[in-house]
Amino acid sequence: MRPTSKKLLLAASLILIVSYFVPIWEISLVAPQYPEGLGLEIWIDTIDGQNPHDLDKVNNLNHYIGMKEIVPEAIPELKIMPYLIGFMILFGLLAVFTGKRALLYTWTVVFIIIGIVGMVDFYLWEYDYGHNLNPDAAIKIPGMSYQPPLIGSKQLLNFVAISLPGIGGYAIIGSILLGLIASILQFKTPKSGKQNNETVKNTSGNDTANPDPAAKLHTRSTADPLRA
Amino acid sequence: MLNKSFSKRFWIGSAVVVVIILMAIACSTRKQVPIGGSDAASQVYVPPGSYDEFYGFFSGGFSGQLTVYGLPSGRLFRIIPVYSQHAENGYGYAEETKGMLMTSHGFVPWDDAHHPELSQTNGTPDGRWVFINANNTPRVARIDLTTFETTEIIEIPNSGGNHASPFVTPNTDYIVASTRFSIPIPQKDVPISEYKKHFKGTITFIRVDPETGMEIAFQIMVPGYNYDLAHAGKGPSDGWAFFTCYNTEQANTLLEVNASKNDKDFIAAVNWKLAEKAIADGNYTTMNTEYYHNYMDEGTRSAVSEKMKTVRILTPKDIPGLVYYLPTPKSPHGVDVDPSGEYIVGGGKLASVIPVHSFTKMKAAIENEEFEGEVDGIPILKYESVMAGEVQNAGLGPLHTEFDGKGYAYTSAFISSEIVKWKLGTWEVVDRIACYYSIGHLMIPGGDSQNPWGKYVVAMNKITKDRYLPTGPELPHSAQLIDISGDKMKLLLDFPTLGEPHYAQGIPAELVMKNSVKFFPIEENTHPYAAKTEKEARVEREGNVVHIYMTTIRTHFAPDNIEGIKVGDRVYFHVTNLEQDWDVPHGFAVQGANNSELLVMPGETRTLLWEPKKQGVFPFYCTDFCSALHQEMQGYIRVSPKSSGIQISHNAPR
Repeated sequence: MRPTSKKLLLAASLILIVSYFVPIWEISLVAPQYPEGLGLEIWIDTIDGQNPHDLDKVNNLNHYIGMKEIVPEAIPELKIMPYLIGFMILFGLLAVFTGKRALLYTWTVVFIIIGIVGMVDFYLWEYDYGHNLNPDAAIKIPGMSYQPPLIGSKQLLNFVAISLPGIGGYAIIGSILLGLIASILQFKTPKSGKQNNETVKNTSGNDTANPDPAAKLHTRSTADPLRA
Repeated sequence: MLNKSFSKRFWIGSAVVVVIILMAIACSTRKQVPIGGSDAASQVYVPPGSYDEFYGFFSGGFSGQLTVYGLPSGRLFRIIPVYSQHAENGYGYAEETKGMLMTSHGFVPWDDAHHPELSQTNGTPDGRWVFINANNTPRVARIDLTTFETTEIIEIPNSGGNHASPFVTPNTDYIVASTRFSIPIPQKDVPISEYKKHFKGTITFIRVDPETGMEIAFQIMVPGYNYDLAHAGKGPSDGWAFFTCYNTEQANTLLEVNASKNDKDFIAAVNWKLAEKAIADGNYTTMNTEYYHNYMDEGTRSAVSEKMKTVRILTPKDIPGLVYYLPTPKSPHGVDVDPSGEYIVGGGKLASVIPVHSFTKMKAAIENEEFEGEVDGIPILKYESVMAGEVQNAGLGPLHTEFDGKGYAYTSAFISSEIVKWKLGTWEVVDRIACYYSIGHLMIPGGDSQNPWGKYVVAMNKITKDRYLPTGPELPHSAQLIDISGDKMKLLLDFPTLGEPHYAQGIPAELVMKNSVKFFPIEENTHPYAAKTEKEARVEREGNVVHIYMTTIRTHFAPDNIEGIKVGDRVYFHVTNLEQDWDVPHGFAVQGANNSELLVMPGETRTLLWEPKKQGVFPFYCTDFCSALHQEMQGYIRVSPKSSGIQISHNAPR
């Protein structure tokens, strides 16, 4: 793996740590009666209010339209996600330290898949909450469903629901992008073994960083077109 | 023809002239600019959604409550129940709050609340608490400004009418109290005509501890005069407190004549630091008496009533230097210490001048023993030795003075119905403004502290008459907001008040609003009858007492069907509001209740006692519009005959 890609992957892995400390997604509910704000924060391991007790308030409001109560403990994804992110951090670090290109590509592909699956899963949860309504609800409006937007804003009765990534979410998106850039750079870099096979002897089929400074210097100098 | 046409034109012309004159008159009467001027409106206008600059805390007088206004708008925000039962929210009716009104005379559900006083730190109002006195059954209350609720009331023993109260020392170490009506101490059955022989006064210092609350620190036994108002010293005079007294004639009948004879009465100067030393030295006597100390427990939000049995008494005779009398003309009302702490202004309500004493001169006079007499071991200082100046032409009936912190004093003059502005030091009157009508007290935010916010003065007028649309014989008392930021006072606004504000306090809003509580965390509710989830809701019978552990959340009660109650039962509805949201109280009312409704704040538990007298099925419901389905928030309780064998049952989820 080329050094730039390594650095990028290292950054991509480490930036994920952020997602343990801040929400990954935010759903804000804007209505005149809530000048102090109301909304939910999705963390990698739970759902909480933007302000204390906001989750209770949202659940209480939702009971009028027959929406299921949001119980973070009952959402299995929230139990899996911390491990999944942890796995991606360790996997990324492993790829960096081994320097294997294949691991970089795998990491990136896996994470993109996780991202897509995650968003689809999020959409399905939102769909379920928004459509699977208790027929005994006090407020029933024909044709009305209450699915919050996946991303962006949407009017739901008296509320405007605004759904956007949180800082943790941006960290994850950033991490995927960094991994993608690292992979693309790596992919565009011709395999050094094929390019300079007559001068470089240490490229024996993999991209392991050579711990030998001399060899490194040698490699670098041969990579310099002016000196080649 | 000509003649006829002329005469027609003449009459038409004359008619036109008359109409023009009438219109002119009508216009001129209509165009009368109201007092206050046109730009006054913009000075008091607080646009929708904006906040007032100051909180104003106005006493309710005979309403027994404290009212909260915004200034400069004059908008009423809240009535804080203190000494009077308040059916609007169940204060004094709900079981948790009844104990706040306990006294040595039993349950006293009303009082006459005169003087609010904000707590201070370093001589400046700090927005933690506001205190207010009860004049009738002597008490002092503390209102917590995080919740705007009365959280503590202490009864003052050996007192008849706690008027000179509850003024604070610069760091709220003490608040003071004293007896307006002297009485036999200890109380005994004596002829009223033997007033001079048996009747005594007391001056009381109440220690305020932020943790443990109020405690009667000591009482000073003083001659049997009427003690009227007070203020603590500040700056150089810190450590002293000043009390006006009248009826030094010691009349016991027809005081309007018999207590108005002496040219001078007194301001009592009390050295409370010396009193503290006397207490530390054990130089006091312990008197057996009886008074109540009531406070709200934070977790249960229920009143705890403690009966206190003793009080420490200091006798001026035994403690030289504890009290001095400063002669002051004439039946003085207010005693107000200027922000520097040097000047002590008497409001000699029957005097033609405003007498001002100097603290420096007072100290020197004490040093030089410039006394003109002595009463019960209290030296009377010579008027000339302590007097700093007299404000001449200060209006008739000067009552009370506040300060703007810019070197000026503002004195209310009741009889001439005006505020007189005068300069400290030169004693010259620099401005005066008429009040509508008959001003009692006045208030400048922070105006009795070391750091006034001298932007407005509020006049609290005793007579209203034609200031508002009439409401029959009973009219609201009228307050007036006056701009004092310039050289000339300028009337900005009239606004009606509740009860009779005898005094008020003002403080910049930002010092208070940032601490305001939004709701009570349910997990901190330690009420023994709380149901903190719907699963805990239940009904339990103990003999003929039934406890209903009820919950409220939008938009239902749990349980909402209760059966098995019998005629003659004592039914306690313990209603816990499970909401954890700002501004979502639920109300509770049940048919035939002989007390009031309950208003239950989010997270708290309130209890209503209901004693059904008839069999039948009675509805209960939420009284505070809480949501779109508020009207559905109801339930039924079935009452069976005494002999019925129906067991308790309910439908709360388990």
